[in-house]
Amino acid sequence: MMAVESDKVTADVVEVSEFPHVAQRYQVYGVPKTIVNESIQFEGARPEAALIGAVESASAGDGTSTR
Amino acid sequence: MPIIPQDDQEYLRNLFDEKLEHGVTLRFYTMGVSPLSVPGQDCETCSDTHELLNELVGLSDKLTLDVRDFYVERVAAAEAGIDEIPAIVLEGQNKGSVRFIGVPAGYEFATLIEDLVDVSRGTTGLAAHSREVLAGLKDPVHIKVFVTPT
Repeated sequence: MMAVESDKVTADVVEVSEFPHVAQRYQVYGVPKTIVNESIQFEGARPEAALIGAVESASAGDGTSTR
Repeated sequence: MPIIPQDDQEYLRNLFDEKLEHGVTLRFYTMGVSPLSVPGQDCETCSDTHELLNELVGLSDKLTLDVRDFYVERVAAAEAGIDEIPAIVLEGQNKGSVRFIGVPAGYEFATLIEDLVDVSRGTTGLAAHSREVLAGLKDPVHIKVFVTPT
């Protein structure tokens, strides 16, 4: 949804079982796993507010990893 | 036998009639058809994904499938940020980039349908605060959501 609303956002849905090398690179052991700007990451579904917070942090360059 | 069951096709046909506003192009990067098998250039799910997308776009005249051979159009694919196939890039009223990498199976098929509607309309159900944050973004944000078929 966020990529629909903002020209700054690219959103990928990756079916990782087809790409084991990608799963390994990003250490995907459980799904869903979300990674924002190769830095902030979390597993499991999160409410919209949490994802927006991650997007805001990532854009500001605050690469804090949250779990 | 179709990939999308007949009942689901009818449901989707009605959904698209009701909810799609503007046209959406599904730019599909896949492996070209060739009698030769080239090591390193295989794609187990490309054929099934192509068939699925053919059925899907047949359910609405607002949906268009644009098929690209990933290995022939490698430069264009790289410029679009595509380095794995099958890959689907949605193009419509979206401001940013919406992409599906791998076959959109299981639950992700529902996500694809939702995104088609949002891309067609250019709007989403995001809260006002979320929209404010997105409007204020200064730098690019790349969100990757890893899933498996469920």
